[in-house]
Amino acid sequence: MLKGRKPYFGILVFPGTNCEMDCYYVLNNLLKVNCKYIWHQETKDDDINAIIIPGGFSYGDYLRSGAIAKFSPVMSFVRDFAQNGGLVIGICNGFQILLEENLLPGAMLRNNTLKFICKYVNLKVEDADNPFTSNYNKGEIIKMPIRHNEGNYYIDENGLKKLKENNQILLRYCDENGNVNTDANPNGSVENIAGICNESRNVFGLMPHPEASCEKILGSDDGLNIFKSMIDFISKF
Amino acid sequence: MFDVEKEYKKLGLKYNEFLKIQEYLGRMPNYLELSIYSVMWSEHCSYKSSKALLKNFKTTGEYVLQGPGENAGVLDIGDNQAIVFKMESHNHPSAVEPYQGAATGIGGIIRDIFAMGARPICSLNSLRFGKLDEDEHQKYLFEMVVKGIGDYGNCMGIPTAGGEVYFDETYKGNCLVNAMSVGIVQKDKLIKSRAFGAGNYVVLIGSSTGRDGIHGATFASDELNEESESRRPSVQVGDPFMEKVVLEVCLELIDKNLILGLQDMGAAGITSSSVEMASKGNVGLDIDVAMVPLREASMLPYEIMISESQERMLALVEPSKLPEVKTICNKWNINCERIGIVNDSGLYRIFKGPELLGEIPVKSLTDGAPVYHHKFEKPKYFDDVCNFSLSEDDYLSLLNKYTYNEIFKKVISSPNICSKKWVWEQYDHMVQTNTVLLPGHDSAVIRVKDTKKAIAFSCDGNGRYCYLDPYKGAIIAVAETARNLACCGAVPMGLTDCLNFGTPEKPGIFWQFKNSIDGIIKACEVLEIPVISGNVSFYNESFGKAIYPTPIIGTAGLIKDVSNLIGMNFKDEEDIVILIGNDNDFKCSENDGMGGSEFMELFFNKVAGKCPDIDLSYEKTLDKLCVELINNGLVKSAHDVSTGGIAVTIAESCISGNIGAQINIDEKEKNLLKALYNENQSRIVISANKRNLKAIKNKCEGSQIAYLEIGTVGGKNFNINNKINIEINEIISLYNNTIEKIMSK
Amino acid sequence: MLKVNVYVTLKKEILDAQGLVIKKAIKQIGFDNVNEVRFGKFIQIEINDNNKSEEEIKKEIDYLSDKLLANPNIENYKYEIVRN
Repeated sequence: MLKGRKPYFGILVFPGTNCEMDCYYVLNNLLKVNCKYIWHQETKDDDINAIIIPGGFSYGDYLRSGAIAKFSPVMSFVRDFAQNGGLVIGICNGFQILLEENLLPGAMLRNNTLKFICKYVNLKVEDADNPFTSNYNKGEIIKMPIRHNEGNYYIDENGLKKLKENNQILLRYCDENGNVNTDANPNGSVENIAGICNESRNVFGLMPHPEASCEKILGSDDGLNIFKSMIDFISKF
Repeated sequence: MFDVEKEYKKLGLKYNEFLKIQEYLGRMPNYLELSIYSVMWSEHCSYKSSKALLKNFKTTGEYVLQGPGENAGVLDIGDNQAIVFKMESHNHPSAVEPYQGAATGIGGIIRDIFAMGARPICSLNSLRFGKLDEDEHQKYLFEMVVKGIGDYGNCMGIPTAGGEVYFDETYKGNCLVNAMSVGIVQKDKLIKSRAFGAGNYVVLIGSSTGRDGIHGATFASDELNEESESRRPSVQVGDPFMEKVVLEVCLELIDKNLILGLQDMGAAGITSSSVEMASKGNVGLDIDVAMVPLREASMLPYEIMISESQERMLALVEPSKLPEVKTICNKWNINCERIGIVNDSGLYRIFKGPELLGEIPVKSLTDGAPVYHHKFEKPKYFDDVCNFSLSEDDYLSLLNKYTYNEIFKKVISSPNICSKKWVWEQYDHMVQTNTVLLPGHDSAVIRVKDTKKAIAFSCDGNGRYCYLDPYKGAIIAVAETARNLACCGAVPMGLTDCLNFGTPEKPGIFWQFKNSIDGIIKACEVLEIPVISGNVSFYNESFGKAIYPTPIIGTAGLIKDVSNLIGMNFKDEEDIVILIGNDNDFKCSENDGMGGSEFMELFFNKVAGKCPDIDLSYEKTLDKLCVELINNGLVKSAHDVSTGGIAVTIAESCISGNIGAQINIDEKEKNLLKALYNENQSRIVISANKRNLKAIKNKCEGSQIAYLEIGTVGGKNFNINNKINIEINEIISLYNNTIEKIMSK
Repeated sequence: MLKVNVYVTLKKEILDAQGLVIKKAIKQIGFDNVNEVRFGKFIQIEINDNNKSEEEIKKEIDYLSDKLLANPNIENYKYEIVRN
């Protein structure tokens, strides 16, 4: 129902969100698509056909990352939107919110280094058959920054099995040659998982910041294809 | 009744100050009034020991829109845009409670920036600790300070993109935490803190007020001793989430033209912020403590007035606009209370409801504060330490013990030299997506979206040099920042300073202070960099011993076209390595540049000798030349020579470029150790493609700057005169992992 | 009025990195007889009970803990009710 339209992104803003302007810049200035901010108190929006939950520290990440944001009025709208097949991407804190909201399976633990980590990492595109990574080749190695305290993704064995069976793991941390191993795992996440989607493949959460790697001058433009994939998916029939 | 004679001393006031207060009031002060005077006249708020000297700074210039006197200084960067910045110390609170001390230091300086209407775009910091290896407590301080800075800045969504850290025994009992924040603003949205218009409201926005940080301003104006530990309640607790919300609220209020003035609430809380607003506007003010939202209902009026609870701002609001202001604060779910009203009596009056609790002439708290001209005298240590120099035998005996390779490895893995990656990987240095040069280079570079421009920032200060010669050391601090900017192609526009010294009443300390100020004045004059904001931190002593005089300079520079940016990393095989600038170290000058060097400290455990010399007009020419070479696309990398000498400079260009180099240094007239590790000033190592050499040489000759080809980029080894020859991978691992290794021990 | 003390800890099967670091530190101080350290959160809630039954209050606290205070995917909680 949301396909074949002009892309229009809604970027959620909670108190404490801090990457909303970075996302807006990529969509509006670099990719020239429609986008707008959606305040967390809103309960509906008829214009948009994709939702970005950007990074930051919603409610200071007090209690647990994303734990308080999930009670915002806007989240029931997000839930309905996702259930109707709308594209939702959660970046960093957005991923944490989607986990807390149970729109994606699993949970986030503190980095096993017990420190905030800000650095570029290499990622392996594990699946390209979805609306978020279709512009990459499967197996491609891309570079994006991570910037988080809690990116140590956890899921129990059954859950992990399901993720694999349904090809829901879209990104894994790897080294520059594409090897997925412990040395390339920055935060202790299960099987180097950096990004997953839901079973119906319209909700995507990832810890790396694609919006911060869309220009060569920043060190990488590998993140651009995430947004381009989404735009293509929405635009095409 | 309280015993006023007893209390004034407890509050840190001197007898002559107590008399002066009685004179201003024409009567005895009550406790509330006495408290207000004590915080307003504290060193921290009144600058009573430094004011007379700071007046002499050059504060105007081509780019300056606002010099010292506001919450922060402002520079015009063209296109109707301006940048706002300031640096401030939070040394004492960090020594006592490093996590909260550092965090609230960041919070405070960020508020200064958005108090001007600017959105913060970059933070930097200068940190000093005792040596790490031998001391668990120093590791703890370092770890917690970095965590405090990171947690606060990361949550705020402001990149911490630059800074510096040094370790020296002098800071063992008194660490330094100096934080700089920078913001950007449309010129027509700049806002000031002046209160005006009788009947206008003074509105408190943000956190509620608790008992935290009572007498923090007086605490900061005292030496640290055993007692300080037990005075921990003086340290405030930070809430970065609240501050992020306060930031967004304030910018929204300014954007919608709903407020007339804005002031950050820092040291001495409501008192100092409201008094400063009133004083700047030459008006009076009535404050009602009953209107202040409290955390504990039982708080006394004086506690409310001087509490240093964080994340609070004071706004000047026209009565008709108050409802709209409240609506926006409600939307963000934060306090917004009218706590005062402007009057035209020139009096500062404190009420609790209808009851008048105190009445003080505003100007007596600010312009009327005492000004001290302390005695100064060359300290005793000075002649002794300066007359030291290493003998040829010293160098020979070192070479009997170690090979050149071993010496180099020790230097490159010194915590003062090696990569601070362990630090900046804990800071979000990329949020806002403007960081075009990652930390570890000479300057932090932040591009300005939708323009070709970028702004570069550099923080620097060498306490060892200043100890050996406060005048020259301060000059070098300014020059070093200018050179760092030049290496990134930036032209300096203005600077902020944070002056960390011991107890000003001691003549030797004040001599250091006075000479450092003179040095900054001289450097600013020749290099044409005005001082637009700053902060003085005295009483940096522990158990009677002062730190090295440590003026930290933070300079901002403008890059006209960010596409010219090159960085310090060597790029391609067969590029030529060239040293431009001061070539004294290849001759036998009288001052060998080893005084106060990292080399001398590392191998001889001494901070002594002559501070390196500097010729400011030569420095200026060199910096201009470097920017010109970069803008003309003639060079591929540029990196200045500083702590550790030229061996370190070249190694850093290799490390960041992940490529080797073959260097040949003429040893004819001088021993190679001196040549490699001296810290002579005004030198830059560049690399360039062969075809550009002639053009570069011509430009150097035209500027009368020495030009010396010293080697070739390439290979997998770092090789100097075949005496140092180490695989680049090994150097990278030493350089990158040293601090992490020490910290995980 | 009554107070509820809620304790939230990571489930047994989940690696508790903070707990491990604390354990290491305790051993460094010289206490060798430490087996395990679990790090957690302590949340104190003051409630006006309005004559609610113990059952009702427990139900409320369970709801709150499941929904907000703990993440059931990774955390356990327990609580005690303290009457003044």
